[in-house]
Order: sequence, then C-alpha cells, then structure tokens
Amino acid sequence: MIRVQNITKNFGAVKAVRDVSFEAPDGKITGLLGPNGAGKSTTLRVLYTVIKPDSGSASIDGVDVVTDSLEARRRVGALPHGAGLYQHLTARENIAYYATLAGVPKAEIDGRVEKVIDELEIIEFADRQTKGFSQGQRTKVALARSLVHDPHNVILDEPTSGLDVTATRSLRDIIRKLKSNGRCVLFSSHIMQEVAALCDDIVIISHGKVAIQGTTERILERTGTDDLEDAFVAAIRRVGPAA
Amino acid sequence: MKTILTVIRKEVLDNFRDRRTLLTAVVMGPMFGPLLFAVMINLSIEKSLSAGERDLDVPIIGAELAPNLMRFLESKGINAVDGPETVDEAIEAVKTGEQSVVVRIVPEFGEQLANAEPATVEVYSDEADNDARKEARRVRSALGEYSQRLSALRLMARGVSPQVLRSINIDEVDVSTPSGRSGLILGMMSYFFIFAMLIGGMYLAIDSTAGERERGSLEPLLSLPVTRDQLMLGKILASCVFMALSLALCIAAFVVAIGFLPLQKLGMTPNFGPVAAVGAFFILAPFMLLGAAMMTLVASFTKSYKEAQTWVSAVLFAPTLPIIVVSILQVRPAFELMFVPSLSQHLLLVDMVKNEPIVLENVIASAISTLLLGGLIAWIAAKLYRREGLLG
Repeated sequence: MIRVQNITKNFGAVKAVRDVSFEAPDGKITGLLGPNGAGKSTTLRVLYTVIKPDSGSASIDGVDVVTDSLEARRRVGALPHGAGLYQHLTARENIAYYATLAGVPKAEIDGRVEKVIDELEIIEFADRQTKGFSQGQRTKVALARSLVHDPHNVILDEPTSGLDVTATRSLRDIIRKLKSNGRCVLFSSHIMQEVAALCDDIVIISHGKVAIQGTTERILERTGTDDLEDAFVAAIRRVGPAA
Repeated sequence: MKTILTVIRKEVLDNFRDRRTLLTAVVMGPMFGPLLFAVMINLSIEKSLSAGERDLDVPIIGAELAPNLMRFLESKGINAVDGPETVDEAIEAVKTGEQSVVVRIVPEFGEQLANAEPATVEVYSDEADNDARKEARRVRSALGEYSQRLSALRLMARGVSPQVLRSINIDEVDVSTPSGRSGLILGMMSYFFIFAMLIGGMYLAIDSTAGERERGSLEPLLSLPVTRDQLMLGKILASCVFMALSLALCIAAFVVAIGFLPLQKLGMTPNFGPVAAVGAFFILAPFMLLGAAMMTLVASFTKSYKEAQTWVSAVLFAPTLPIIVVSILQVRPAFELMFVPSLSQHLLLVDMVKNEPIVLENVIASAISTLLLGGLIAWIAAKLYRREGLLG
C-alpha cells in the first residue's frame, strides 16, 4: 500500500510536483496518467526514495520514505524510466546482483532468480550477456531484477515505452499477475488506452497537480464525458500551470 | 560489508569482460612505462657510449705542418680529414653545423715550435651545441696532453725535472655507487608506476559512476535497500583491485625490462630484483585508495562518460607535479616530505632503487598519510553521492 500526502517538489524555479496526494491500495493496479512533464516521474522518484520531497510525506506499507528510506526501499521494487542493464553481465547475473544487494539470503538467491526468470519468461536469453538485447528483453530483465527480492509494492515508470505490441501485451500480463498476487502496483504512463486497459484506479496529473482521481467510471461520470480521452483532456484543463 | 563486497565483485567482473577496460588496465597502462623506459635508456646509453669510443674525424687546416702532432692525435682516436681550407670557411662550417669541430694549425707553427715559443693551434666549435662541445673538449684535452708532453721534454732537455710543473697532485675520488647513479634515471620509474596504477583503475572509476548514470542503471541501483555510502565505497575499492593488478603487472614488466638493459655499461646496478619489486608494490599500495577515490570523485561529478574521461585524465597528471618539482630541486628524502602523497612514494622508491637504507618511520608516515587523505576523499565522494543532482 502506497500513500502520498501533499508532496511538493521544486527543482530551482521549476515546480515539478505541487501538493500531490493519492493512495495506491494492495491488490490493485493504480495508474498515474499525465502528459509529458506532468510530474509523474518526480512523484515516483520520491516514492522509491531517490529524491526527497520539499514538503509533504509519503509512505510504503506505513514506512515513511524520508525518515526510514532504507526500510521503504526494502518494500518496493522499482523500475525507473529507461532503466539500463549491465551489458557485460548476463541477464541472470544482472538479476542475481540485485538479489544480493537487496539482501536476499545467499541460499535463496538461485531459487529466487530462477523463479522470476520463469515468471517473466526470460529463460531463453537468461544466460546471454545483455549487450544487444531488444528493448522488450531489456525491460523484462530490468523488471525481473526489481522483483527478485519479492517486494510487496511495485513501482513502474512508463514501463511500456519503446515496446512493440507483443512485448507490451506480455508486460501487461505480468502486471496483472502481480496484482493477482495481492501486490500494490503503481505505474505511470502518458497513454490513456493503456491505463484504461490495465488500471483499477487512475490518478490524472497535470502541471504537477492531481487533476482528478478515481475508477474509470467515476472519472467519466465526474467529467461528464463518455470517452476517457475526452475525460483526460477535460481533467487537464482544470489545472493550469504553476503561478 | 557484504554489500561492499558484492559491489566490488560485480564491478570487477563487469569490467573484466569489457575488452577496452581490460586492455587499458593490463596492457596499455603497465606496459607503456617499461617500454618507454627501455627505449629511453637504450638511446641514452648508446649516445653516451658512442661519444667516448668512436674515432673522431676532424678537419685540420694545415695538418701537413705538424706531422708529429697528427700522429699523436691519431693515437688518441682523432683523425685528420679534409674539410674547410680557410679560416672563413671553417667558421662557416661550424656555424652551419656541417662540422662540429675544425682545427687550424697556423703557418708559423713549425717556426714557433722550433723557437720554443707557444705555438698556436686554433679550435673552432659551437659551444651551444651539446655534441659539438663534447667533441671540442676531446680535441682540446688531446692537444693539452700533447702540449704537456712537449713541455716535459723541453724541461728535461734543460736538466729540470718535469715534476716542478706539478705543484699539486689532484686525486679525484668519486663516492657515488653504481646503484646511486641508477637512482637518477630510475627515479622516473616511480611516475610510471603511479601512472600505470591510475590508468588501470581509470575506466572502472568512470564506468561505475558516469557510465552507470549514462546507461540508466544508476537510478534502479539507488532504489535498492542499500546505502549510497556502501555503493560508493564498493566502487572505489573495485577500482583499487584493478589498480593493484596494473601496478603488479607494471612492476613485473620493469623487473624483466631492467634485466635486458645494459645498465652496467652506464655504471649503474639498480637494486630492482624480485625482493625490491615486492617492496615497491607495498610502498605504492597506499596510493591506490587515494587515486581511486580521486578519480571516482571527479568522475561522479561529470555528466557523461566522455566528460568524465576528460577530467579524469587531468587527475593522471596531478601526481607528477610534486615529482617534477623535486627532481628539479634535487631534494633528499626528509620526514616532512613523507606527508606529500606521490612524492613520498617516489622518494622512498628512489632510495630503495639506489640501495640506500630505507627509514621505517618514513615508510609508515608515507603510508598512513596517503591512506588518510585517500580515506578523506573517499568520504567526500560518498557524501557527494547522496546529492539528488547525481541523477542528472
């Protein structure tokens, strides 16, 4: 369960995130939807603790991301946007490295690595050095290594960008599987159809502010439209750029 | 601790598989110094030996006027050859560098000699030219010797002992040992060692910081439940592993290279066998942490791999400065100097190669001060790794 309360983050004069609050419950997929530069990545970065909010707070399973960031990181598997692999290591070595760093007991590492390789259908290229992998293969390996320590919460920043249709579909299946395991999945995207196809709850942000949030039906109802794209545009209009 | 070891193991494995990094660390860095060194020493040996042993061909104007002198010069390995015929031509030839030395026997030479007056021999040379100066000196000293002989004969003919002209007998005793002379040239060895060390760790330092960010693998790494200090320390120590490898190879290459160099011909017997090699490794080892921390710090400040390469290359030259200053000033090892990294290692190494006693306190002071500074810079690097700007 991820809870975000009134977080604000400025980079110099740029107000990246303004007073953002939302919740991502367990066993559901929450989609962070917004145009490019809306503040999605910044919000997610605060959640997987690589940056600190200027004000407000956020917690993972009740653990504060600022005051107890190490414990918060233990409960999160994060796939940052454009995450890269170590080219000279095999897929398996990449995953095992993260498992060790994440504190998976030595005796369990092989088993866990094998399990994610199996779940994400990586086995075919698991023992090849990752140099020259396709975008789809890279994303799978990157996701596998962030899931190897079996985190209860999963944060994915634009995971489908650059993927072809098959890879996108297979990734969606994986995300649904994560949900059915009872995990809390939070993922960002600027593509509405994708969010609509996958998410239980949607948080639309624009100009660093939450424009609207709720289930797809509620959002349609509240914006008075019957098409999510119209709803998206209508919602974005509600918030203007930072003063 | 486990985390740090994990990071070290991964970085070392990763970079071992990177051909460019490996090539630099185990071939370019360690071999460049010994090779350059061997070439330089060979050249200088050849030059200094040839100057003394080769016969010298000197154009002598009016050689026919002094047949005895010519015979004497020939016995000293100085042969009269054809060349300029007049004074003007002689000056011109020396000026243009066509001839190093031209000797002219004045037409009155025979007459002056017969009258027991000082007979004139003119030596033309360009004293600004190093080679010419050496040759002119050889000619002058041969002429001086001939002059002394004649004087001695003249005194004897007058019943005076030639000893009266020698009021002082100068006895020169050169106390420099063959190993001591080695120190001068072998002093540059220490820089090659430091250079090889830094080159060895350079790519790993860049790859694990700027490279990691450029690949986009930094952000997921930072989202793992480990502290940034641990990551940074692991990366710095991984650089040290590569540096140790490069240093060991470089020292081994020097031991081999020195075996092939005809150093004894220069009157040098450097103390650089296997025992000294191990000693050199331990004298230089403390510099690894400092070098790795410095390179990692610089590389983690830069925004891209290329930028990092530029700045880290600058770090390669920093350790030369103290060595150059000291080589010019001819400083002797002193306790205070042991607190200057790179310089202290250099001084200790030179002493060892010269076979002079090494003061244990100096070794300890050098190691501790270098390690402390290295630790401090590693600490700063780790603190800076906490910045958010790191993500770029």
